[in-house]
Amino acid sequence: MYKKGIYTIKQNHPLTSDVWRMVLAGDTQWITRPGQFVNIELEGLYLRRPISINDWDEETITIIYKVVGRGTEQMSHMQAGEQLDVLTGLGNGFDADVECQKPLLVGGGVGVPPLYRLAKELIARGRKVSVVLGFNTSKEVFYAEEFRALGVDVYVSTADGSLGTKGFVTDAIRENGIDFDYFYSCGPLPMLKALCDCTDVKGELSFEERMGCGFGACMGCSCKTLTGNKRICKEGPVMKREEIIW
Amino acid sequence: MSMDKKYDLSVELCGVKLDNPVIPASGTFGFGREHNEFYDINVLGSISIKGTTREARFGNPTPRIAECRSGLINSVGLQNPGVDAVVARELPELRKIFHKPIVANISGFSIDEYAECCAKVDKEDQVAIIEVNVSCPNVHNGGMSFGTQPEMAAEVTRAVKAVTTKPVFIKLSPNVTDIVAIAKACEEAGADGICLINTLLGMRIDTKRRRPVIANKMGGFSGPAIFPVAVRMVYQVSHACSIPVMGCGGVESASDVIEMMMAGATAVQVGAANLKDPYACKRIIEDLPLEMERLGIERLSDIIGIVE
Repeated sequence: MYKKGIYTIKQNHPLTSDVWRMVLAGDTQWITRPGQFVNIELEGLYLRRPISINDWDEETITIIYKVVGRGTEQMSHMQAGEQLDVLTGLGNGFDADVECQKPLLVGGGVGVPPLYRLAKELIARGRKVSVVLGFNTSKEVFYAEEFRALGVDVYVSTADGSLGTKGFVTDAIRENGIDFDYFYSCGPLPMLKALCDCTDVKGELSFEERMGCGFGACMGCSCKTLTGNKRICKEGPVMKREEIIW
Repeated sequence: MSMDKKYDLSVELCGVKLDNPVIPASGTFGFGREHNEFYDINVLGSISIKGTTREARFGNPTPRIAECRSGLINSVGLQNPGVDAVVARELPELRKIFHKPIVANISGFSIDEYAECCAKVDKEDQVAIIEVNVSCPNVHNGGMSFGTQPEMAAEVTRAVKAVTTKPVFIKLSPNVTDIVAIAKACEEAGADGICLINTLLGMRIDTKRRRPVIANKMGGFSGPAIFPVAVRMVYQVSHACSIPVMGCGGVESASDVIEMMMAGATAVQVGAANLKDPYACKRIIEDLPLEMERLGIERLSDIIGIVE
C-alpha cells in the first residue's frame, strides 16, 4: 500500500559536496520494507522526484539524495520547517526474510542509502552482515561510519584508490575474500552487472529508471524480465538476480 | 444543505448517463487498480482504460518519460497485454472495483486490427463507449498516422462502425493541419462522437549527454501546457460537428473542466494530472460544485458549448 501525505522537513544537511540527508516528519505507516522509495512533489517541476528511503521510524523518514538536476538542487535549498507533498510506501523493496546466514550488502554511490535500513533489518534477524561501499574518490564517501556503528564489517572501494581498495566494489570483495551466501545491491547498472559477473551466489538488485507516476499507472518505467514485464516503480525497483535480463 | 443535491453534475454521452463528466484519460490510469489504492474510484464519471491492441505489446525502450515545463513527454508505446487478455483478465478485475460503464480505448496498426479489437470489446457489457485512438502509425501506409488524413480516419471509423453496436468515439491527434476536416470526415463516416486531443509530438534533449532524453527520440507531450490547444480544438470541432465531444488535454482543475465544457465538451478527460497527483480526478469532482456555485451554474450540462 502507498499513500500521499504532507511531510515537514526536520533536518536537511550535506554529507558530502553534493550528497544531502533530509529527515521528514509525517505518517510512515505505509513503508513496510527497506528499499522502498518516496516520490516528492517540488514547486515548479511537473513530475515528482523518486528518492530511496534510507531509514524510517514511527514519525520520520530519512532520505539521502544526490544533487544531479533541478529537482534535487531545489531540495538542497529547503529549510527545516518547510513542507513537502510526498507519496510513500512505493515499490516492493528488499526481502530481508530470505534464508541466509552471511548476506553481503553492496552499494555504489547514491545507491548506498537504502542498504542502511536493510542492514538493520538483517541484523535484527541474526544475520552476519558484511557491507561493501563503492565510490569514485574518498571525498565522496558517506555513511561508512554509520554502517560501522551498526557493528557490521564495512569495506570501502574508491576508483582512484584514495580510500580502501583501489578499484570497484568487486575488487574490494576479492581483495578482502569476503564470504557471503546471499547479496543485496543498489547502485549504477555497470556495478550491478559486474557484481553478478563476479559471483554465482543468489541475490537481489535495485534498479533505477525515469518514472512518470511512481505507483504503477503509466507504464513509463517498464522492463523485461525472465518472469515477465515488470514496472520498476511497482514490481521493482528490487529484482532477484535470476529474473534479470542483462 | 448538500452541495451535491443542489448542483447537477450529470451529463449524457450518446445515451450513456454519467454521474459527472470527469473521466481519467487512457494510459494515465491503467485499469484502475493503482489509483483505487488512493481513493474509491467509483466517484469517477467513467474510466478510459489503457489503450489496447490485438497482440500483447511491451512498448518502446526506456527512458520513456521526460520532464517538461508544465508537462511531460511520454513514449510508452502502447504497452498492453493484448485485447484477449484485457477482456479475459483486466475487465473482470476492473469490474470488481469499478461499478460503472467504461470507455474501451482501442489502438491498431491496420484497419483490420482496429475492427477486430473493437468487435471484441463491443461484446462486453461493461463497455459503454468505444474510443478509437487513430494516432497510431498505419503499417500498410508507410507508417503514416491514421489520424493525420481525413480519408484514413474515415476508413477506420467505417470499419469499426461496421462491426460494433456501441457508440464509437474517434480520439484525434492534434498533430495535424486541419483538425476540423478530420473530425468532419469521421462524423460523415458514422462516428458517434469525437475525443480530442491526444498528445502533441514533442522532444527533449539531454544537453550534457548530447542526446534525446527519450530512447525513441520523440514522444507525446501532455500536461497543463497543452490545455489552451485542447480548448481551441474542442471549440473548433464541437462547433463544426453535430456529434458530442469528449475534451482532453492538460485538464487539472474543476475550473478547467468547466472551461472545456463551455468550449463544447460533453465530458472531460483528465490525463497527465493523474500521474502528478494521484487524487487529481477525485479533487476535481469534489471541487466542481464549488466552482459551479461561484459561476452560478446549477446544471453542468447547461454550459456545454455555451461559448459562441
